[in-house]
Amino acid sequence: MDKNMKILIVDDFSTMRRIIKNLLRDLGYNNTQESDDGANALPILQKGSFDFLVTDWNMPGMTGIELLKAVRSDPSISSLPVLMVTAEQKKEQIVEAAQAGVNGYIVKPFTATTLKEKIDKIFERLEGGK
Amino acid sequence: MGNTIELDKDMLLELAGKLSSSLQADDEDGVIDAMAKISGLHESNLFNELGKLTREFHDALNTFRYDDRIATLAEDDIPDAKERLSYVIEKTDNAAHKTLTAVENTIPLCENQCERLNVINDKWGRFTKREMTPKEFRQLSRDLEVFFPDAVKEMDEIKNYVTEVLMAQDFQDLTGQIIKRVITLVDEVEKSLVNLVKLGGGMLSVNESEKGKGSQPGELAGPQIPGMETEDVVASQDDVDELLSSLGF
Repeated sequence: MDKNMKILIVDDFSTMRRIIKNLLRDLGYNNTQESDDGANALPILQKGSFDFLVTDWNMPGMTGIELLKAVRSDPSISSLPVLMVTAEQKKEQIVEAAQAGVNGYIVKPFTATTLKEKIDKIFERLEGGK
Repeated sequence: MGNTIELDKDMLLELAGKLSSSLQADDEDGVIDAMAKISGLHESNLFNELGKLTREFHDALNTFRYDDRIATLAEDDIPDAKERLSYVIEKTDNAAHKTLTAVENTIPLCENQCERLNVINDKWGRFTKREMTPKEFRQLSRDLEVFFPDAVKEMDEIKNYVTEVLMAQDFQDLTGQIIKRVITLVDEVEKSLVNLVKLGGGMLSVNESEKGKGSQPGELAGPQIPGMETEDVVASQDDVDELLSSLGF
């Protein structure tokens, strides 16, 4: 797995963005950027060549699920791996995210180990699928 | 209400005439009958007014009762908000304790490192100034051999504690969301109270759009509160993984 891959972290709470950023750094991923809403994240994703998206669900402007759907429907970024990190624990929401093409789903509060496991799994799967 | 008891003037005049003629004719039964009719006239007006008031009161109560939102607010949402806020207290309390514990464990490690580094620094200074005997130097190298692995181990411990402090900050995300929800609820309670005051003031029109405003489709459930989980919700990351693997993930 490429430790230099470019990651966008999207969450409306800056503390959560900092936590994820620090955890990713701890895992060796230093190339991260942050955005506070889906609506702001989408143009950033469309402009920069990101390798991975970590997003919250519940955000005031554009939610994470809307962002996921927008990513999947834009041919230029549709294959971007997306990890959802969210407090939404309803089964129907998890199913909705799966159907929208999410690559991983983590419920808050989560541990550093869970984050590592999910990221490893996502990229193992992607590499295996190639 | 200025027109509360409006007696029928013609009827009253007629009855007064009867009363007067009965009195003059010393017709005792006639007098009693006329007087009873006059007071009856007065009473039936009172009853009409009372009936009208009762109807208004009944309508007002019904309007209030049909406003489901007020009932839901009182029965479900406010107790729910209380539990959510208690959860905020619990989360922030835990975070503060976790942070304090980590800091309390880190400080002695830092102090110990600092102390040992000062001793080594002094000895190293004497060595570079050639003030050290070969015997002392041999002791210094033995000390360093012990110190280096210790330092690596303790620095690693410090890093772990600092990561704990970092992770303890995750409460802010959850508590922030919960508090935002409670603020929305307080806002709704305020609006309902304003409507109630309007009803009490005799203004019976209740804003229709405020009626029956329950949980709307597409509304996000937000963080789960321990002890308040519903059946359609997963309990842990393991459940999420299980659900996703059942979907072919």
